[in-house]
Amino acid sequence: MNAICLTLNGEELREQVEPREILADVLRDRLRLTGTHLGCEHGACGACTVTIDGVPARSCIVLAVMCDGKTVETIEGTRTDDIMNVIRRHFHEQHALQCGFCTPGMLMAARDIIARHQQPDEATVRRELSGQVCRCTGYMGIVAAIQSAAAELHPAAASAVCANS
Amino acid sequence: MKPAAFEYARPADLAEACALLGELGDAAMPVAGGQSLVPMMSLRLTGFETLLDISRLDALKVVRDEETHVFIGAAVTHAMIEDGKVPDPAFGLMARVASKIAYRAVRNMGTIGGSVGLADPASDWPCCLLALGAEVVLAGAEGERVLGAGGFFLGPYETARDPAEIITGFRIPKLSAGARWGTFKVARKSGAFSDSLAIAVLTAEGEARVALTGTLDHAQLLPGASAALAAGDLAAVREAARAEVAQADPDADAYRLRCHVATVTRAAEEALTMEPRR
Repeated sequence: MNAICLTLNGEELREQVEPREILADVLRDRLRLTGTHLGCEHGACGACTVTIDGVPARSCIVLAVMCDGKTVETIEGTRTDDIMNVIRRHFHEQHALQCGFCTPGMLMAARDIIARHQQPDEATVRRELSGQVCRCTGYMGIVAAIQSAAAELHPAAASAVCANS
Repeated sequence: MKPAAFEYARPADLAEACALLGELGDAAMPVAGGQSLVPMMSLRLTGFETLLDISRLDALKVVRDEETHVFIGAAVTHAMIEDGKVPDPAFGLMARVASKIAYRAVRNMGTIGGSVGLADPASDWPCCLLALGAEVVLAGAEGERVLGAGGFFLGPYETARDPAEIITGFRIPKLSAGARWGTFKVARKSGAFSDSLAIAVLTAEGEARVALTGTLDHAQLLPGASAALAAGDLAAVREAARAEVAQADPDADAYRLRCHVATVTRAAEEALTMEPRR
């Protein structure tokens, strides 16, 4: 067993893990943070997306032991994030979820897309979402929610786009 | 706990990593991003007695903008290259290639050295480094070794890296102003491993290199298509590619052959029609 120390959702955490333990399994089975969903378990579906040191990563293909000393945020840690709450409201208003299985990963990806692209067009959102699978195929609502949340969060970028067109 | 049990070591510096790897040999495997290696271990396609975590070694994060070359450390992530956080020796070609690897969450973790070291036949960097005429820099207990990308890729998941060596980075010649390039990738869905990926580089000095990967054993240069590209003859590129892809991918069915010829032709066409880069 290896001792690891994480900052998880803002709190210091010490845990003993076997080197072969996958981060997603430690989060879900041991720490009961079941908002991180496991779909494909080999990095293809995006349901398990969390952030590690502030950037999105797939917790199903990351070893927990390699996260020693790092900062991990799961969907549970975003409850008090003002930006995520705006995105969540737009997901609600645009009917961007059906069964909800992909939603935690979609939200983690959405926040990153909006941070990097400010005011992404539809093609950009769809390209960026290619690694997040919604098996209800509810992409119309998800794309609309990300675009409308981006417009609310970055109104200056929105007007710049209008001014250029 | 999907992977079989293994030991984990995190050496403090490159010297310690090389010493440890020299001792353990092929029972150990270096890991940086782990974005292909960890799922392969989870699926029990591969396994090791020890994983050597080299993701935090400063020596592998070095980036140098030299007079004739750019050196990119092995632990530089795909996302850093995509975002232009390291100098691009090829006027945006590397950023373009990086942006098409898997998905952003994978690109944040995955590294260029890991991709080259694993040498999945359908991965992007081996093909790109061949097209750019790059060199692979390796460190071992005996010191440093520099190999041309051309001799580095030997087969599926097989390279000229000795099990006791660590890839420290890549020396990539800078294209001079006036160079052009093109790339075309066919994959079942965006982010999936490619069925076929071709990268064509046409230097300002008139030299051309066309590299192909995907369903081949390993990424390779196509000398005939490269010569035709240097001559600026797109029809000849297509003709040369027809003969060369049949040799490069002997198991290919008619679809795969057409797919390879198409990616080679489109990459060459983009290079020929591109505004020369400055």
